[in-house]
Amino acid sequence: MSVVITEPRDHDDQHDHDHEHHDHKPRGIKRWLYTTNHKDIGTMYLIFALVMFFIGGAMAMVIRLELFQPGMQFVEPHFFNQMTTVHGLIMVFGAVMPAFTGLANWMIPMMIGAPDMALPRMNNWSFWILPFAFLILLLSLFMPGGGPSFGWTFYAPLSTTYSSDSTALFVFSVHIMGISSIMGAINVIVTIWNMRAPGMTWMKMPLFVWTWFITAFLLIMVMPVLAGVVTMVLTDKYFGTSFFDAAGGGDPVLFQHIFWFFGHPEVYIMILPAFGIVSAIIPTFARKRLFGYASMVYATASIAILSFLVWAHHMFTTGMPVFATLFFMYATMLIAVPTGVKVFNWVATMWRGAMTFEVPMMFALAFIVLFTIGGFSGLMLAITPADFQYHDTYFVVAHFHYVLVTGAVFSIVAAVYYWLPKWTGNMYDESLGQWHFWCSLISVNLLFFPMHFVGLAGMPRRIPDYALQFADFNAFISIGGFLFGLSQLIFVWVLIKCARGGVKATDQVWEGAEGLEWEVPSPAPYHTFETPPVIK
Amino acid sequence: MTTKTYEKYYVPAQSPWPFVGAVALFFIAFGAGHYVIDISKQQSGFGGYLLLLGLIILVFMLVGWFRNVIDESMSGLYSAQMDRSFRQGMSWFIVSEVMFFMAFFGALFYGRVIAMQWLGGASNNAMTFELLWPNFEPVWPLIKTPGGIETQAMPWTGLPLINTIILVISSFTLHFAHTGLEQQKRGQLKLMLVLTLLLGAIFLSLQVYEYIHAYRDLGLQLDSGFYGNTFFLLTGFHGVHVTLGAIILLFVFFRVLKGHFTPEKHFAFQAAAWYWHFVDVVWVCLFVIVYIL
Repeated sequence: MSVVITEPRDHDDQHDHDHEHHDHKPRGIKRWLYTTNHKDIGTMYLIFALVMFFIGGAMAMVIRLELFQPGMQFVEPHFFNQMTTVHGLIMVFGAVMPAFTGLANWMIPMMIGAPDMALPRMNNWSFWILPFAFLILLLSLFMPGGGPSFGWTFYAPLSTTYSSDSTALFVFSVHIMGISSIMGAINVIVTIWNMRAPGMTWMKMPLFVWTWFITAFLLIMVMPVLAGVVTMVLTDKYFGTSFFDAAGGGDPVLFQHIFWFFGHPEVYIMILPAFGIVSAIIPTFARKRLFGYASMVYATASIAILSFLVWAHHMFTTGMPVFATLFFMYATMLIAVPTGVKVFNWVATMWRGAMTFEVPMMFALAFIVLFTIGGFSGLMLAITPADFQYHDTYFVVAHFHYVLVTGAVFSIVAAVYYWLPKWTGNMYDESLGQWHFWCSLISVNLLFFPMHFVGLAGMPRRIPDYALQFADFNAFISIGGFLFGLSQLIFVWVLIKCARGGVKATDQVWEGAEGLEWEVPSPAPYHTFETPPVIK
Repeated sequence: MTTKTYEKYYVPAQSPWPFVGAVALFFIAFGAGHYVIDISKQQSGFGGYLLLLGLIILVFMLVGWFRNVIDESMSGLYSAQMDRSFRQGMSWFIVSEVMFFMAFFGALFYGRVIAMQWLGGASNNAMTFELLWPNFEPVWPLIKTPGGIETQAMPWTGLPLINTIILVISSFTLHFAHTGLEQQKRGQLKLMLVLTLLLGAIFLSLQVYEYIHAYRDLGLQLDSGFYGNTFFLLTGFHGVHVTLGAIILLFVFFRVLKGHFTPEKHFAFQAAAWYWHFVDVVWVCLFVIVYIL
């Protein structure tokens, strides 16, 4: 793909009265509150996600502190439950999803040669809802009776009959998070559909754009279902309905069906953009074109479609008819095929490439290996009879942390290192970045790998105490957890250092980087592609 | 230069409205949460006031935001490409609304076809049935819950049928308003819009009447078991959407009176019409699934 930038040098005869805004950044707090600039909004999303990552991480530290030794040490069981619940909610809705949306905001317009997102004001609304939504969620922790304590999956009747008063606040904060996500997703779809520069055909789009395009459809399809299910929880708890109460003709299992109809596409919402990121980074540092571009697109679409047909694999132990469990088992295992295509393509891209191992590449490589481990444990969980053993144990915790931490989070970190020079105009500190990578890699495996073993041996999840035979492993896990938390402070150091200065980055930044975002200066000007480039 | 053939995409300058909208949603969510808690505990609290404050800010925000957008539109800042963006945005918003209703239709399907049958002993649930509620009869409409709440079903004849006819006709009148707009027949446009709004208002009044009838005469209430739950939440959310659609149409009507919209450019009208047709389709599904079947 060759790119010709036809940005005319004489702007004045092309542009109308708002020309004076060109590259003139508004000043002060209003710049951030009132902005319509996709880069500002992307930055706010990313900073918000980082803050939430540390708040959610602090809660994980509380959990690991309590589980460091058997017996009750530091916190009450009810508070422990609140920590596991809010940790999950914050990491899913407050850290991973906003981080991906921030990357989408920053990069998609630049990657497709658009001047901004299609609906810039709505874009800002999507962002600013989030801090308020999480303020409500965090405030609910201080209510009498405590915050949400029913797990991030808020199964009925834990969230209805047995929940504290704060459930109403949880429900409404999820409602406005959902509004934010839906508006963000609509914006991504419309931008990609309608704002591509001339010549940027569908099959020339970078994979990060493709994967986000498909992710946005998943968001539009399932976030309203989440809104529906929290509404039912609200009416069941406060208005006497019995959606999830058998005495009134409902069924608690109905909750799980609706929740996981949202929930399974939701976990792919958190991994498909990661595939896009890795598909951008691997070719750059292997200095080869991505192997099997078209198959990557089709694999992403297949995974997205299959994600709607597998939700009940979370519910094998609820006593579904055998036919249903068989269907969901085979459908789930089918997902391994397109995912395998992706992993194969990444490896094939590196085959005989001229590889270098800068920090983004290191995180991307770790992603491939560790995400694959998470994928394999997912396959194990997909086997119905085996799942009867694994269900609700630390094996499940190990599985989804491998796909979400060493999968989604590692890809986000990789993306930040990869595009940071483009955002700030400075190279990050490579050796500090390597320190961050190796500390994270070692500690994250110390943290999550032994969870497989304690899980297989039967340690249940979401319980503040455990049998004595799990003590050694849990001590290791906790130490791994604290080290992983500390390692992320290096990340913050790198970010601040890079934002404040450093070696000036070139426009292309990386030797092997290709794509429109590398054609604009570093740091990227406040407004890019006001006149569309022509892609040949 | 090739760039000449592409219209400039208008990226609006800074706007306070999105942030004001986020503040509004904060007060609405925080207020509504506390209001619900206050109601359930039958205590007086600040929740209701915060909710009201949030709604006022929301209205303020909508007025300000739409005023900006209408001004920009009338001064010709919007290109055909932006019109496409708006249309696509609205279409996908409607898709998300469809999915919201799907959650409740899905619940209704599951409750009726699976949960109720299992409570009645179907599949391998004979012991569940024997041990829990051996007197339970799994018939739909579920007029007697396993727990013993009794109610009556809402017949589809009478009011619901009339309401269906009214809403379907209103979709046609709105379509004729649209053709009036496209053929520059402003008289037809205004008349048909007024008719649509009237039909919408009649529909909503009859819905209110039906609710009163359900509560007073049939003993059919929100908390009378799964039948009442799905009946009121589905028709209730539909009613909220009709109200919203009618308010949007009302503002479109005011803009028509001011001479806005041309046969080529009338996104606001188009969006309002799509929304109205969407609530109409939802009603037809509702009528068939909730009332008749």
